[in-house]
Amino acid sequence: MESEFYEKDKLLIFKITDEIDDHTVQMIRRRADYEMERYMPKRVIFDFDSVTFMDSAGIGLLIGRYKFANMIGAKLEITNLTGSVRRIFDMSGILKLIPVC
Amino acid sequence: MKEVFDNEMKLEFISKSSNEAFARLSVAAFASQLDPTIEELADIKTAVSEAVTNSIIHGYDKKQGIVKIVSRLKGNEIIIEISDKGKGIENVDVAKEPLYTTKPNLERSGMGFTIMESFMDKMEVESIIGLGTKVTMSKIIKPKIEEDEEEFKMLTTNS
Ligand SMILES: Nc1ncnc2c1ncn2[C@@H]1O[C@H](COP(=O)(O)OP(=O)(O)O)[C@@H](O)[C@H]1O
Ligand SMILES: [Mg+2]
Repeated sequence: MESEFYEKDKLLIFKITDEIDDHTVQMIRRRADYEMERYMPKRVIFDFDSVTFMDSAGIGLLIGRYKFANMIGAKLEITNLTGSVRRIFDMSGILKLIPVC
Repeated sequence: MKEVFDNEMKLEFISKSSNEAFARLSVAAFASQLDPTIEELADIKTAVSEAVTNSIIHGYDKKQGIVKIVSRLKGNEIIIEISDKGKGIENVDVAKEPLYTTKPNLERSGMGFTIMESFMDKMEVESIIGLGTKVTMSKIIKPKIEEDEEEFKMLTTNS
């Protein structure tokens, strides 16, 4: 995972570059929460452009980060959902909660 | 009588989450003999990942055990069995319901069975408390008609 923080906009962007499963989410979760706490952003974007595989662990990951972002007063968004990643997000219903930008 | 298959593979590995990628890639490599589309392959990989993860985190929990995969090809269908000798499921019908999870604190979404059911053509779960769980899934890989016709034309014009 790569991340960038834009101080001016208080914007934190996570670009996920790994396959997302129950094994890899543990590392992604730890790093995302650590950086959200460190930068205290107002807006957090998860970019799925480089995600070549995701199973339901990705849904759990996003619900968890949504709650964490709420707790620190940040707004969570996701972007670049394609193929089977998109289908899994559609199926889960969490796009009602987390806006796509 | 024993059912006849065109091909068969078996895979056994220790219930470590680092084996999830290896497991789904192995089944996908086997499935590619049926010439699936990228989307069909993604469906198979995702369904396998869900079943294998369930065996590891729910079936064996923190204990170590063996996850077994048997996959068979028959015509244009792939059949995949994923089993564990873990703790088993008390009520399979309830477990299959969307959003049902016994581990919400681990950020599980309860979408595993729902994804397996919608990404594959068939899915069946057999489970006995204390003995383990077996998930059997199958998918028909649609023949690529246009390509076949093209090939046929080429063969007939060349001869
Ligand atoms: N192999 C298994 N062994 C024991 N319990 C299982 C197994 N697979 C699934 N389960 C049970 O079924 C529930 C639903 O599974 P699933 O739909 O994949 O959701 P999740 O994995 O997110 O909890 C699990 O929470 C668990 O209680
Ligand atoms: Mg699951």
